[in-house]
Amino acid sequence: MTVNLWIILAGALLTYATRVGGHLVLSRFSRIHPRVQAGLDAVPAAVLTTLIAPAAFNGGVPELVALTVTAFVALRGGMLSVFLAGVGVLVVLRQLGL
Amino acid sequence: MRDSIPMVVAAIPFGLLFGALAVENGLTVTEAILMSAMIYAGASQMVGIDLFGQQVAPWVIALSIFAVNFRHVLYSAAIGRRLGHWSGPRKTFGFFFLIDQQFAESERRVQKGERISFAWYMGLALPVYVGWIIEAGIGAVFGGLIENPEQFGLDFVLPIYFLALVMGFRKTPGWLPIVVVSAVASIVAFHAVGSPWHVSIGAMAGILLAVIWLPGEREKAP
Repeated sequence: MTVNLWIILAGALLTYATRVGGHLVLSRFSRIHPRVQAGLDAVPAAVLTTLIAPAAFNGGVPELVALTVTAFVALRGGMLSVFLAGVGVLVVLRQLGL
Repeated sequence: MRDSIPMVVAAIPFGLLFGALAVENGLTVTEAILMSAMIYAGASQMVGIDLFGQQVAPWVIALSIFAVNFRHVLYSAAIGRRLGHWSGPRKTFGFFFLIDQQFAESERRVQKGERISFAWYMGLALPVYVGWIIEAGIGAVFGGLIENPEQFGLDFVLPIYFLALVMGFRKTPGWLPIVVVSAVASIVAFHAVGSPWHVSIGAMAGILLAVIWLPGEREKAP
């Protein structure tokens, strides 16, 4: 088996563990400590932010404008319209050679 | 089944995009399809292929997928209480399909005062799941045909996608400080320590902030 397949398999098992584990583990406790709850709530935004920030920091004008537009459209629109707006701006600015 | 139509439609562009980007980042068509079929979690799959493209250590990729999917623990704990009438094997099988939208639709059904039957749950899940796998295949085949991906912004699509997701979490307590701290920490770590450590260091900074600072804030709030 190649390394890629091992990664996919490990990712699949870990993902399934999160989906079945909450029921198996957390359901045994009547309440979750507020610090644990706060930490768990923060995980998705914290992880995803680390995948945006360095790319934004190293990006040029089209990249930064596209991210700014994405953030603003996200205040109103749904996931798909937000995403298309961001990518649309990026493609247009790149075509203009900015 | 009918309840699943909006979920299926909303997933199509992202399913296709995943397939295309997976191939751009060095996965084969088979691997892309396998990843959608086995992991079945859009955001974490995108994170995975983003890191595949950067040649980072295998365990870091697996751990990052795990970290992004960790929120499912909360869904699982919440929805598990509603599935008391399901048999063990049905639970074991059903939890595999517990994606964000599946959880949201299930909670909505409970709030309408209806029971979550196994048939209803699987009728909701299977069209989305089957579509997700097919989209990965189509995206992967056609993604390989794109000659200059920069022109379509494909190299920067993921940060935009991730930002849209992050914005979707903006109602969670302490969102802005967590995002700011994670952003600054990840940029510093990216330049001081190097990739892929910026992911774990940046995320830990934001999570630590939430653990230390947020419980107190919550008690003060009404």
